[in-house]
Formats: sequence, structure tokens, C-alpha cells
Amino acid sequence: MARITMREAISQALWEEMERDERVFILGEEVGVWGGTYAVTKGFYDHFGPKRVKDTPIAEAAIIGAAIGAALTGLRPVAEMMTINFAFVAMDHIVNEAAKLHYMFNGQMRVPMVIRAPGGGGRQLGATHSQTPDAIFAHFPGLKVVAPGTPADAKGLLKAAIRSEDPVLFIEHATLYQTRGEVPEGEYIVPIGKSTVQRPGKDVTIVTYSKMLELSLKAADELAKEGIEAEIVDLRSLRPLDMGPVIESFKKTNRAVVVEEGWPSYGVGAEVATRIYEQAFDYADAPVKRVAQKEVPLPYNRTLEQMALPHVEDIVAAVKEVL
Amino acid sequence: MEKQEYLNLYHQMVVIRLLEEKVAELYQQGKIGGFLHLYIGQEAVSTGLISTRRPEDRVITAYRDHGVAINCGLPAGGIIAEMLGKATGVSGGKGGSMHLADVEKNFWGGHAIVGAHLPLAAGLALGDQYQGNAAVTICMFGDGATNIGFFHEALNLSKVWNLPVLWVCENNQYGMGTAVERASAVSEIRRKADGYGMKNAVADGMNLMDVREVAGKMMEEIRAGGGPQFLEIMTYRFRGHSMGDPERYRKPDEIRKWEENDPIGIYRKYLVDHQIASEDELNAQDQSAEKEIAEAVEFAENSPEPAAEELFKHIYVEE
Repeated sequence: MARITMREAISQALWEEMERDERVFILGEEVGVWGGTYAVTKGFYDHFGPKRVKDTPIAEAAIIGAAIGAALTGLRPVAEMMTINFAFVAMDHIVNEAAKLHYMFNGQMRVPMVIRAPGGGGRQLGATHSQTPDAIFAHFPGLKVVAPGTPADAKGLLKAAIRSEDPVLFIEHATLYQTRGEVPEGEYIVPIGKSTVQRPGKDVTIVTYSKMLELSLKAADELAKEGIEAEIVDLRSLRPLDMGPVIESFKKTNRAVVVEEGWPSYGVGAEVATRIYEQAFDYADAPVKRVAQKEVPLPYNRTLEQMALPHVEDIVAAVKEVL
Repeated sequence: MEKQEYLNLYHQMVVIRLLEEKVAELYQQGKIGGFLHLYIGQEAVSTGLISTRRPEDRVITAYRDHGVAINCGLPAGGIIAEMLGKATGVSGGKGGSMHLADVEKNFWGGHAIVGAHLPLAAGLALGDQYQGNAAVTICMFGDGATNIGFFHEALNLSKVWNLPVLWVCENNQYGMGTAVERASAVSEIRRKADGYGMKNAVADGMNLMDVREVAGKMMEEIRAGGGPQFLEIMTYRFRGHSMGDPERYRKPDEIRKWEENDPIGIYRKYLVDHQIASEDELNAQDQSAEKEIAEAVEFAENSPEPAAEELFKHIYVEE
């Protein structure tokens, strides 16, 4: 297995899928000549040419709308939002078109497209460029939402997303691009809608995904020093949400902490906690605890921004509260 | 055009008119739910326009979609059944009046968010360009849609990428109840296409032959690789925006003036004056259209409701 960065993993998945299938093409702001604002598509333009690596105007509704239309004709567009914050400008096309057409027209139309969108806080980009609005997108039936936390999952899930017949929002965390991890050689797929145990344990279940997986793993290391064995379940997909491994783990540990980077209100933690209560209430030895961002627009100032974001010590503290 | 084709176009317009009158009735009887936007008065627009398309050309429109559905060859029975929410409706009863479609007939809907289908049209055309198909996407929308951002993003993109799209603004002079000059900085809507360096023209939407001639020429130029063009078709809806429209914004005189200018009457007169068809032949078309609509209503009313398991079907292709 090769040890590569998240950026390389995503780039490899895109490259391999474009080599495999002529119908796959990329469109977005600065994806071509520039090579991608996060350099994910560096070298693609020279290799695949302008037909398959399309630079667009700064017009997110047109990017997503055109991707939907092209998908309807049987192509497999991968549309890039420069950041997930810009996806709000294309919200109508994501939720009112991409997520609805298959159902509303009784299966006549298919929208096999991927929207890649980096997001997350911690880079002093200010309130409009730092959000983690994953839960909002996971609200809509008809859209699939995945958010990998490791390079291996990023590669396997992106391939699954590109091959999916359904619209998939692929959320990348911008501070994970340099994160390295083992990625299997050759062809492999990680199925959408499957949670997985990233670290086994018996004392408490930590449910998380994306960037917060990294923090949760560190928290588990800290807890292990004190003899607390945390089991970490990585959701990987927010819709469809696979609660199987979460419930299985909770029935064993009887305690859970849900860790997300976004705001807690109406969030991933709220959803997961409710489902735990619905499906395994009798197994609970303590209330499920949420770790999430403070309910403020993220400020620019580094200290203030860091105060608002969840940290390893918050996870450790939350685990100790439920024990 | 062969004589039969002239008659077919007349027949289509009469079918649209009768279908709309019938569904207005069904709506008032409470059999059709939601919103209902009638095409009465605008029949020559889509009939003339769609008569210029080849089967490989894609059509996409807004929520005032009953007429264009007929022109694209969707059966009146399936259209009315859709409005009644029946399983035999063209969208299985899940779409309703605003979401008619038949992909087999290259009719890509029926879209109910004003202007949102314009970027989709650019994408449909991109799909054809990418795959090397010599097809044109016809995208229809109302004058109201030209004030929303989607319109400008889509026109710009289509020009930058030289996409094979015919943008067609059906200027019926009101975006819901707001007159064009109260909502649009330029009342000659086609001038907006100038801003994107896009060739544009105007056609008289009350005159089928004029629409057909102007649109036909544009379609061929686009098909030849000339890039997108913009057609503004002047028309008038004889009814309100939807069935729930109190119509406080139009004076009876204005409506009467346009009604005297009935697109079906004008085309009928054209056919008789040019000795293309006799009154008897046209009356026979009227009768066959009446029969078609009566049968369509019967089919729709006797069709079953969707089965309960349809509720969870088609959320995803891959569950």
C-alpha cells in the first residue's frame, strides 16, 4: 500500500475514472489552466484537454445546472465548487433540480453527477468561507452526501460517486489535503452509505466523520493513556446514513459522543443522537453528548476562530462526561 | 410543407385549446390540485416553434408546459392523467401540471422554478456538443425569467462555450401580474441577448407561420455550429397567470384586443385564404380534436391512482 495525501488520493480517483470512462469530465472555476485552486486537478488540462477539463465562468448556478443537463444526456460530470460555501449560490440547482428530477419525473431522468466541494474552518478565511454546512445538504432526499476522513476512503468513495447513477455531493475538508494515509494499490471502490469502525474499543463510542475523524483518533490516543478504550465509528456518508455500526458499537459501550465540525443545532450530531435513542434507548447508560462548533459565524482572528472550533480536548472532556 | 403537415399543426393548436379549456373545468371541479397555468392564447408559439425541430432536438420549458407537451407528441390522455395525479400520467402522477416530461420524445420537462431550467438547457446542449450530436436544444421561458440571475449565467455560458441552444422567450407581457416594463430594465427583451453578443430576432407569436419561419432559420444556423441564438416571441395569455389569478392588473379592453387576434383564428384564415384547406376540412380537424380530448379525459378519469409503494420509488436509482 502506498502512503499518499488526501489530495493525491482524490486526484488519482479523478484521473483513473477519466481514463476509464470517456463520459467523465470536469467543470468548475479554475479547474483547468490553473490546475484547481487546491491543485487537485493539476496536470489534467494538459493531459485530457479543454473538452474534458472545462474552466467555467464564476457562475455556480450555471456550473451545477449545466452539469445536471449534461448528466441527463448520459455524461458523468464532476462539477467542482471552489468551496462548499459557494454551493449556496447554486442551492436551487442542487436541491430543486439534481435531487428532484429522478423522482419528480417518475424515474425518466437520471442525474449521475458528482459535486466536489471543499469546506471547513480553521484557515482564517472569515465567516463566509469557513463553514461546514454538511448537515444542510444531507437534509434532502434524492441527494447523496459523502465526506471522507482518510485518503483511502476519499479515493474509493470518489470512484463510487463518479460511477453512481445518482447525484452525489462529495465534501472534502480543505485542511485534510496534506493528510497522509495508506491507500490500496490499483482499482478499488468504497461503497456509498456504509459507516465503518476506524478504531475498535469497548468503553465509549465516538461517532464522527471527515476532519473530525482525525481529531477523534487523537482524542482516542489521549484517552488510551488513561486506560479508556474508545471505539470510533466513521460515518463516511451522511446520506444515506448507515447507523448499523453505530448501533452495534453503542450496544456494546452504552455511551456515545458525536463529533462534528459544523454547528450543533439541527446537525449531524442531533440526527445521530436521535437515531441512537430511537434504536437503542434501553442500552444507554448516559445521555449522548455532542461536540461541535460554537454557534457563531467563524471570525477571522486566529484565536477567536480556534475558540469556536472543536478540539481534541473537547472530545476528551465529552467522553469523560459520558463515562 | 405538405398539406397534411399544415393540417397537423392546426390540429395541434385546437387540441391544446380544448385541452386547456377542459382542464380548467376539471380544476374548478376540484379534480386537479396544486397550480394550473393555461396556455390559451399562446398556442401558435410552441406549435410554430416545435414544428421546426427534428426528433434529435431537445425541448425544455417552464411550468406553462401543457401546450409544448402536446407539440412534442405527448398523448393528451397521459397529460390530463398527470394533472389528475393518476398512475398513467406522463410523470406517474408525481409531477403534476408543472412537471410534464417524456424523455423518449426528447421533451425534458416542465420546470417550476423560474429560470432554473436555463442552466439545465445549457447542459443538455453541452451533452450534445460533447458527444458530437448535431442536435439543438430549444429552451422556452417567460419574460419574467429574463430578470433572474440563472438567465444571465446560462446565456453567458452558452455563448462562451458556443453551445447549440435556441433560447426562446415567450413574451406574454406579464410575469405573473407585473407588466414587463415594470420588471425589466429593457422592455424589448431580446436586447438582453445583445449583452452576450448573441444573434437575436423577434417573431409574432399570434402568427404560427411567422414563428415557424423565424425559428426555422435560427435552428438551421445553430445546427450548423453557429452557436446559441435568442428568439423573442410576442404573445399574450388570454387567461390569468394561474387558475388562482384574480386578474386585477389587466383591463378588459386589453384582453379583448388580443383575443380578437386569436392565433388559431389567424392560422385558420391563412389556410383558407391560401386555399391550403377548406372550411370543411378544418371543421373535421376541430371535430377530431374534440373527440381526442373527450377520449383523453375518459382515459384519465378511469385511470388508477398510483400504488402506495410508488411513494418511495425513484428517490434514487441505486437504493
